[in-house]
Amino acid sequence: MEIRWYIGLAVALFSIGVMGVLTRRNAIIVFMCIELMLNAVNLLLVAFSKMHALSPVGLTNPSVVSNAQIFVFFIMVVAAAEVAVGLAIIVMMYRNTHVVDINFLNRLKN
Amino acid sequence: MDNVLQMVWLIPLLPLIGFLINGLGRNSLSKRMSGIIGSGVILFSFLLSLYVFFNVKGGNSHLAHYFNLIDINSFTIGFDFQIDPLSSLFLLIITGVGFLIHVYSTAYMHEEDGKDYAKYFAYLNLFVFSMLLLVMGGNYVILFIGWEGVGLCSYLLIGYWFKNVNYTNAAKKAFVMNRIGDLGFLLAVFWLLNKLGTTNFTDVFANLSKLSTTDITGITLLLFVGAIGKSAQIPLFTWLPDAMAGPTPVSALIHAATMVTAGIYMIARSNVLYNLAPLTQEIIMWIGLATALLAATIALKQNDIKKVLAYSTVSQLGFMFLALGTGNYIAAVFHVMTHAFFKALLFLGSGSVIHGMHHEQDINNMGGLKSKMKITYITFFIGCLAIAGIPPLSGFFSKDSILIGAYEHNKIVYSIALFTACLTAFYMFRLLFITFNGKFRGTEKQWNHVHESPAAMTVPLIILAILSAIAGFVNTPALFGGTESLTHFLSPVIQQTHQTTLSHATEYMLMGGAVVLILAVISWAYFKFKNYEPKEESSAFGKILENKWYVDELYNSILVKPLQAIAAFFNTIVEKKGIDGMVNGVGKAVNYGSRQIRLLQSGQIGNYVLLMVLGILVLFIIQLFF
Repeated sequence: MEIRWYIGLAVALFSIGVMGVLTRRNAIIVFMCIELMLNAVNLLLVAFSKMHALSPVGLTNPSVVSNAQIFVFFIMVVAAAEVAVGLAIIVMMYRNTHVVDINFLNRLKN
Repeated sequence: MDNVLQMVWLIPLLPLIGFLINGLGRNSLSKRMSGIIGSGVILFSFLLSLYVFFNVKGGNSHLAHYFNLIDINSFTIGFDFQIDPLSSLFLLIITGVGFLIHVYSTAYMHEEDGKDYAKYFAYLNLFVFSMLLLVMGGNYVILFIGWEGVGLCSYLLIGYWFKNVNYTNAAKKAFVMNRIGDLGFLLAVFWLLNKLGTTNFTDVFANLSKLSTTDITGITLLLFVGAIGKSAQIPLFTWLPDAMAGPTPVSALIHAATMVTAGIYMIARSNVLYNLAPLTQEIIMWIGLATALLAATIALKQNDIKKVLAYSTVSQLGFMFLALGTGNYIAAVFHVMTHAFFKALLFLGSGSVIHGMHHEQDINNMGGLKSKMKITYITFFIGCLAIAGIPPLSGFFSKDSILIGAYEHNKIVYSIALFTACLTAFYMFRLLFITFNGKFRGTEKQWNHVHESPAAMTVPLIILAILSAIAGFVNTPALFGGTESLTHFLSPVIQQTHQTTLSHATEYMLMGGAVVLILAVISWAYFKFKNYEPKEESSAFGKILENKWYVDELYNSILVKPLQAIAAFFNTIVEKKGIDGMVNGVGKAVNYGSRQIRLLQSGQIGNYVLLMVLGILVLFIIQLFF
């Protein structure tokens, strides 16, 4: 498949994520949208890595290609850890306020 | 000769040590001790000065170099002392009269408590130190150090009773007016340094050919501005009468005998320079004459015993400048010497009266004091005779040599000077008769308090009276078979441009005429004031004189008031509105700006994210298109 389909998909996913973060008020959905953006970037990284693998540079240096593939796993692991922390924060927030509406959380204003 | 050089530094050092002991130990020294220390150091300086005097009597001149005060590659200014007839004469006057006044002060100031008493002697010693530095300095810079030092001590001593606001104002006035003159002096020194690269008297006078006429005229005029300030000439004379706020011995020492003659010393020292500047000499002569006349007219109508003497001092200083202006330097120095004796005598006599009258200075409340204060009366009378110029007292010889010089220079100047001399006699004898003759005009209580002063005060009076009487004989003119010893003594250092060419007959006539006139004036004063009664109203002209020609008011309205208006303008507009406004404005702008920017912190996460995204977009666009 050509690289542009991957780019298009990644852009679509990223835009959905941005729009979700900007428009939704439910903290969990905002959180999911952030993950979506993250994964859009991940996807792009893998796609470009694959693209490079077929290029002359990639053919002579296979390690460069596999680096990106492995790097993505690291990002996923870190993202998983981040999700654990983020969800914990949301749970604590719910316990204290009984809402998960981010517009309600404006105590830092001014 | 070497001996002299080895010990001259002790002469100014001793008063400095006295100043340090009295100044630092003022809380622990007893009054007796501080008096003894204060007078003792001056006595030792006097003895050393006598030794120096006999050493330079033959016309020797030494330059003692101690160390380099300023050493920059192109020039050096050394800490030098110049010991020659002129400075040794001044050394004798300063330490001799100074010692008598110190002794007098021990009694005069006895009412002060120990701390202030020691402070007084510390200041007085510091003054003598500065004055000695002034006359001993071998270059203009050392002279200037002394010059400033005496100005400072004058300020400190005028404001000695600093709890009285008027006195501190008088002190400030004296200081500020002196500073105006000092600026001129300083500029002259810079000019000399710029043109010649040296300020040593000997080097400067040896290299005068390198200076253009403009340079010499400028330098001499600027030096004269310094002398105007220090020696209270028109237009800077108003500080001297106000300086009478200080204790009377201070007036005698600083404002009659020594400090105010610093200007005359400086010009006499620079005589070689002044001889080349006829324009400056002419200006000096006219300013001296005008000051002598103006001050004498003011003295006619003053009722404060010290004010009369103060204006008389200004007037006599005018005479000295008149002599300097006619190139008659030796007459000026001679008059400095005799004036130091008789004016110190008169001031100390007035101090004795003030002491006896318990701090009463208004002569309207005195009268008939001669029965109770015999010694003061007689010595004061001798002082008056001396200042009036009655032969054979000292004032006659010195004033006569000035008048003769003036006569040869310009007949009009001579007649004005003679008229002023008559005024001098008139106001001095008016003072004498009002104070000591007639009947007492004060209260009964005051009369009972009047007493003769203690020996510590009368003995200096008697010594000064003797000196005032006989000091004239050091320079008896050839006319009376004298040898003019002072002229011979000073001739190595002073190039007199004035030489008497008059025949003896003319001189006799001038002297005789002057003496007859003065005697007539004195007898007129006697009949007018022997039974003086104070009058309330005086004539229009008298009122002008009483108010000192309104000079203070004039200065007030043309200088002080506009300056204060400018200062007020700068204070309210430039300072408060401009500078303060700018500083406060910055603060206010920051305050206002941050309050507005704070509104961006809405607390809405959505907003933050939106801004973040927009920011990234902007960066993205920049990255992409620029």
